[in-house]
Amino acid sequence: MSLRQRMTPYWLLAPGLLWLVIFFVIPMYYMGELSLKTGTVQTGYELTWAFSNYSDAVSQYSEQFIRSFWYAGVATVFCLLIGYPLAYAIAFKAGRWKNLMLFAVVAPFFTTYLIRTIAWKTILDDSSPVVSVLKFLGMAPDGHVLATSGAVIAGLTYNFLPFMVLPLFTALERLDERLLEAGKDLYASTAQTFFRITLPLTMPGIIAGILLTFIPAAGDYVNATFLGGTGQAMIGNVIQSKYLVVTDYSEAAALSFTLMAIILVALLVYIKFAGTEALMGEEEEAT
Amino acid sequence: MEGSPDQPPTDPEPDQAGEPAASAAGSGSGGVTLEGVTKQFGDFTAVHDMDLDIADGEFFTMLGPSGCGKTTTLRMIAGFEQPTTGKVLIDGSDVAGLPAYKRPTNTVFQSYALFPHMTLEENVGFGLKRQKVPKAEIKERVGRELERVGLSREAKRKPNQLSGGQQQRVALARALVNLPKVLLLDEPLGALDLKLRKGLQVQLKQIQRDVGITFVYVTHDQEEALTMSDRIAVMNEGKIEQCADPETVYDRPSSTFVAGFIGVSNLMPAVVRGPGEIEIADGPAVPTEDAKQFTTGEKCFAVVRPEKLTVSLPGNAPGDQPGVDGIVESSLYLGTSTQMAIKVADDVNMTVLVPNASEDARQHLPGGGAKVRLNWLPEHMHLVAESDPEEATSGPTPTDQITEGVN
Repeated sequence: MSLRQRMTPYWLLAPGLLWLVIFFVIPMYYMGELSLKTGTVQTGYELTWAFSNYSDAVSQYSEQFIRSFWYAGVATVFCLLIGYPLAYAIAFKAGRWKNLMLFAVVAPFFTTYLIRTIAWKTILDDSSPVVSVLKFLGMAPDGHVLATSGAVIAGLTYNFLPFMVLPLFTALERLDERLLEAGKDLYASTAQTFFRITLPLTMPGIIAGILLTFIPAAGDYVNATFLGGTGQAMIGNVIQSKYLVVTDYSEAAALSFTLMAIILVALLVYIKFAGTEALMGEEEEAT
Repeated sequence: MEGSPDQPPTDPEPDQAGEPAASAAGSGSGGVTLEGVTKQFGDFTAVHDMDLDIADGEFFTMLGPSGCGKTTTLRMIAGFEQPTTGKVLIDGSDVAGLPAYKRPTNTVFQSYALFPHMTLEENVGFGLKRQKVPKAEIKERVGRELERVGLSREAKRKPNQLSGGQQQRVALARALVNLPKVLLLDEPLGALDLKLRKGLQVQLKQIQRDVGITFVYVTHDQEEALTMSDRIAVMNEGKIEQCADPETVYDRPSSTFVAGFIGVSNLMPAVVRGPGEIEIADGPAVPTEDAKQFTTGEKCFAVVRPEKLTVSLPGNAPGDQPGVDGIVESSLYLGTSTQMAIKVADDVNMTVLVPNASEDARQHLPGGGAKVRLNWLPEHMHLVAESDPEEATSGPTPTDQITEGVN
């Protein structure tokens, strides 16, 4: 192999690597350093290895951290419950409507995230027909939906649903339908075939969908800003206000790193757990 | 396991402790009956008004080109498809509307369809588990079945760690372990290479004899059908052309399609001259009892299988046997025999297989362009009615598909 050929992969990697270094590695380093500094915007920052920024972040904002993961978790579960049947229908039942339905899933991306969330503000306004119906059904006890946990979770679910549906669809479409026939041939009912064969074999899609939904949802602040009230602030809102309102950059950086660390640890635990046979439908355990 | 991992064990050990269970299933095994079954997909009729009676414990093969409806028929027995009209009976009871998981049948799929996320043991035990068989019994039966197909040591492996032939045997074990009344096999050897296929053909037939379960086998490979089956249904365009034992289908095909699909299409156009006589290709008159099925003046085809023809130079021809004159077009060495193409008339070519009994005899075979005479014994000629001439050639009948050593 000539030198030229051996260099090819590096040339192909170069643009991506350059991009990552400039827009990810360098800012990350800068942010990490900032999170350990003390000072103000006016007087400038000094590196004092102020780990207290981290302990403050956790102690003062534990409520927002917990709320963020709670909201993101519930929204992810809803996305999965709505997304799996939808992806299943598109993959197996849609026939010639398949492409149209896939397009419908992706269509919201043609409008910006912000506009769509603001539109939800109108939809969930106290005077909107949707809220009237909810009131009539007794599902809005205080007479309003906006500025409740439900509104924020609904917004998160709506905004991140495509990120759940697309990986699920890919996993389901790859599924060999003969395997489902084989399941039925071997005395498994429709439900048993689903839980013993379809579900374990689409687990990679489920894992990808959960990650793609949960991670951005946990750091989101747009939904809580527009659809929540003061009692629904998520950690994203805290970080945003620390940076842009209070301009306490060090604390904001420490909060960001704490959020990142928690997600990373949760992710590693989850992947380790999800990657084992236990979650992949071990036959010996299941009866 | 000794030897190559792909070689099936030659002895499936019929005297194992498990024999009582297997023979119990054999006695409870059932036949399959199809009554006026039609299956339509939109405008396309895949199976047309089919009647079929498969006996208990029979090795029954549906043979035909792709699109002839054989797989659709199998899927209707399995319960993956419901017939548009007509009835399917398994072991005497109507299974209309019953889903696959409620039928006493199991299927071996062409693509094996092994569950990739389960070990071999879990794959084979899947059906028993769903039937709530006690755990200890599952373990014992799965172990015995894996031993039967020679894969005991691979029990804890996943299907993707096995070769194609091994996967095929797991698929067979996974179906057989349930002791179904009817085992359905959809071109199970189609994806394997020739040598492996031959070994598994023998093994499959042996297993079928041992367990006594009714096998319904789908294939487009005529040799496979002739080797294993008790009876063969030759299918074409959603209909059964002929349903008989392998010898009859081979020696006495009922139509030009069957004659062409099974073996080499050695068809000579003929006209019936009277109740006991035909005239072949504007040539000699040949007496035959078969002519009685036809009316005088009717056109038909005379079929003689390639290995039953003899070639000789005109002067040496046996005068007491029926025969026709021809010209040698080509001669092909096949190892055990020599295949000769002989032009009898315009558009009428006959294939002859001459055994290579001695090198000297082979050297003296007439060469290309030589005038020769073809002869055969009267009992080796069979008449079939003239059907659509295109049908006769639609089967995969290139000369390389000769069935050597069959019969």
